[in-house]
Amino acid sequence: MAKLVHPKRALSTMPLKSSAPLGAALAYLGVEKSIPLFHGSQGCTAFAMVHLVRHFKEAVPLQTTAMNEVSTILGGADQIEEAIENLRKKSAPSFIGIASTALTETRGEDVPGELREIVARRADFADTQIVYASTPDFEGGLQDGWAKAVEAMVETMVPEVADRDPDLRQVNLLCASYMTPAEIDEIRQMIRAFALEPVVLPDISGSLDGHVSDDWSGTSLGGAAIADFEKASRSAFTLAIGEQMRKSARMIEDKALVPYRVFQSVTGLKPVDALVRTLMGLSGMQDPPASIKRDRSRLIDAALDAHFHTGGLKVAIGADPDLLFALSNALTSMGAQVVTAVTTTQHSSMFDRMPCDEVILGDLGDFERSAAEQGADILLTHSHGRHVAHALHKPLVRVGFPIFDRLGAQDANRVGYRGSRAFLYEIANTVQAEHHRATPEDFGAQPIAEEFEHVPHATRH
Amino acid sequence: MADALKSRIADVFDEPACGTNVSKSEQQRKKGCAKPLTPGAAAGGCAFDGAKIALQPIVDVAHLVHAPLACEGNGWDNRGAASSGSELYRIGFTTDMTELDIVMGHGEKKLFRAIREVVEKHDPPAIFVYSTCVPALIGDDIDAVCKAASQKFGTPCIPINAPGYVGSKNLGNKLAGEAMLDHVIGTMEPDEVTPYDLNIVGDYNLSGELWQIKPLLDKLGIRILGSMSADARYKQVACMHRAKVTMMVCSKALINVARKLEERYGIPFFEGSFYGISDTSESLRQMCRLMVEQGADGELLDRCEALIAEEEASIWADLEPFRPRVAGRKVLLYTGGHKSWSVVAALQELGMEVIGTSVRKATEEDKDRVVDIMGDDKHMFDNMAPKDMYKLLKEAGADVLMSGGRSQFVALKAKMPWVDVNQEKHEPYAGYMGMVDLVHAIDRAVNNPMWGELRDPAPWDEPLTESLVLPAPSGNCPVTGIPAGPSAPVTLTPPLPPRDAQPAPVAATPAQLGAFVSSATDFEDC
Repeated sequence: MAKLVHPKRALSTMPLKSSAPLGAALAYLGVEKSIPLFHGSQGCTAFAMVHLVRHFKEAVPLQTTAMNEVSTILGGADQIEEAIENLRKKSAPSFIGIASTALTETRGEDVPGELREIVARRADFADTQIVYASTPDFEGGLQDGWAKAVEAMVETMVPEVADRDPDLRQVNLLCASYMTPAEIDEIRQMIRAFALEPVVLPDISGSLDGHVSDDWSGTSLGGAAIADFEKASRSAFTLAIGEQMRKSARMIEDKALVPYRVFQSVTGLKPVDALVRTLMGLSGMQDPPASIKRDRSRLIDAALDAHFHTGGLKVAIGADPDLLFALSNALTSMGAQVVTAVTTTQHSSMFDRMPCDEVILGDLGDFERSAAEQGADILLTHSHGRHVAHALHKPLVRVGFPIFDRLGAQDANRVGYRGSRAFLYEIANTVQAEHHRATPEDFGAQPIAEEFEHVPHATRH
Repeated sequence: MADALKSRIADVFDEPACGTNVSKSEQQRKKGCAKPLTPGAAAGGCAFDGAKIALQPIVDVAHLVHAPLACEGNGWDNRGAASSGSELYRIGFTTDMTELDIVMGHGEKKLFRAIREVVEKHDPPAIFVYSTCVPALIGDDIDAVCKAASQKFGTPCIPINAPGYVGSKNLGNKLAGEAMLDHVIGTMEPDEVTPYDLNIVGDYNLSGELWQIKPLLDKLGIRILGSMSADARYKQVACMHRAKVTMMVCSKALINVARKLEERYGIPFFEGSFYGISDTSESLRQMCRLMVEQGADGELLDRCEALIAEEEASIWADLEPFRPRVAGRKVLLYTGGHKSWSVVAALQELGMEVIGTSVRKATEEDKDRVVDIMGDDKHMFDNMAPKDMYKLLKEAGADVLMSGGRSQFVALKAKMPWVDVNQEKHEPYAGYMGMVDLVHAIDRAVNNPMWGELRDPAPWDEPLTESLVLPAPSGNCPVTGIPAGPSAPVTLTPPLPPRDAQPAPVAATPAQLGAFVSSATDFEDC
């Protein structure tokens, strides 16, 4: 049970948060042959694109409506239409996801209405699915933008169903914004191990996993097919990872009568147990596959080995609320103590469940100050945390977005039994790497008299 | 075996300062202290291991092992003896004897060259040359090589004759002590001597334990002149003959050194321990008493009592916050020697229940102390077979096991908290302040929320209550591409028993300590 603290200051130092449109763009990139389109000035897109490219080390298709002063004042509908037309001409995307920005939201445009009008008028746009999410930069962070984009896609693309005809072996998997391609694959494999077929929405595991394709394309190189959103209405169940996906899951239920369950975390023994138990129920499998059982017993062994290092460990975490919860929960269940928790957005119902006293809605400046005051042993946040690590001389484990000074951000796996095991090792190894060799001064003892020290022979040979 | 080594071993086995040894018949004594090793059921280290353990903490010395690779290659850098100065002792030096060296008898020459290379590269105050089984067997004369090398290079080269096959680790400790008496002690003089000069023998400064004690000695004005071999410099060993009192820590491993220091140089010794609060106080008292007898100012005793009173009061205050967190916890101790009882009193004082303590390698006095502290001898046991210990722990006969590294996994696999109290441990638990660290470690171990989660049943241990009848899988397997064939229909799983049904009988009473017989062999190597 944590209290959400709003620091009383005007100045934000070293931002922790990435913007909401960026989160929306990331979600749109989880659709096959897609191009995310920011409705704003071209700088909004450029910064976001550089951020994404530095994290994924991939060419990221991201476009802009390139609003100028005149179009901002007169309204940007023409810009949107022109952007869609040009994108279709250039790259023939099957999906364009539009995210608004602070600029257009401040002016206050009725984009949905204008978009309806454009689509009705332009029959030639019919073979491109267009989705719009309102994601002003001044409201929430990456996690909120991701959620809003997924909601927009569900709203637009999942059909309403009157008579339910479920495919009992198909389940929907709604991924949280923090899930890496490797993590999506991990959960997908677990679902398949129970002879169930997941429909992953959105699915960046195909588009941003870092692969070389045979062709150059101006769109995303994989991800959920548009047809997958239609298929989602026939699924037996929806598994939503992260509280942020609750609304999307509920929308699917409202439209297609698909029941859902939200997994607030899939990191750590108990949270993964809950997922496995659900999969057992869905598949009617009392006896899960050997691989699942083996991975669980290996996680237990990893926990036994790691608890010597996690017990009493003082941890500082800075992340979006759902990632913050997943990691803090896994660590506190291993005897660690979350002394500093900094998050990006207040739009979350998770704060009551955070295993710490308070969560600061703040930046890495707050993170540094609190971690120093509380004497944190280890820092968990994104790459910008390196400044804090440097200032405090504490090790940094890079989690969340962006991770631009290490390779393989897309391969980090901290979910499922296997990912949890890797996470425990990651933490324990970081702790061990900080090994402190004892000295007499640590205990207040006087050093040994100099006379006993060996003086090397000045001249020899 | 060379005659010199044979007579040295016979000499070591005759230990007048050891009560057990004196009470033996002449014939028994010749057999030695260690119990004969049982092929197929032995786990401890060899004599070379013992010699290395006893001497390696001398930090500025180069420890050169004359052996094929296994002796040093598999064993170096594996103990946590801490240094406040040189790091040379951590570096593994070996002659890495090859087949050709052995067949052609090149061992001695190679050793000499190895010594030269160490001197040229590191210029240490001394080189300790350890003999091992193979060079001893083929007759390499390391004494002669050391003598020649010492003359040639001007750096003392000390032969340590304790090849593995001559016996146990304990014997190796003693042989290492003999080598120091023969070649090192008395070869250098300190700049000054004071009435407050102390030798500490048998402590290895594991993870810095010596430094937990040293502030106490600093406050009393007592100087550690000689050390064998905690955080020792070569010169400190060479000057041991000038100390006023020897404290022998932890068991009788180096009792021959303490006794011979007394015989040769008139330095009285006492046996003490810094594990546990009362032990620490008692050791300080004895140390000061002997110092005063040796000519130190009598007011030392008053200062000692004042220090003890102050430290004990402050440590109990520090321990108090842990009481609610550890009280009522059941502890199984599996260590041995004086540790059988030295921490028991403090744990009991904090409300913990010590359900059993191993008295392996403990003396009769140690055993008497256990009875004193615990009321009877029902809580004493010798060795316990791993599978018995697993059963005891699994059935929650204890809340935490305190032992050495080898039973670590017995406890962990039984999902039982474990605290390391032997030599491989990473935290120092000596003196007053060490007790706080120990209790903190126990607290951290037993109160980790992980245990509850780990002991909970797996998701598949409980029957599914809800289930759907699914159609057989269709399409190809996404991984192997094998098409789905006809499969057995998925059935509903049986429902849970009704809520008011009788609960499954709980396993009778949990296993009790007394139910286990002592194991013939010792898998924990103290």
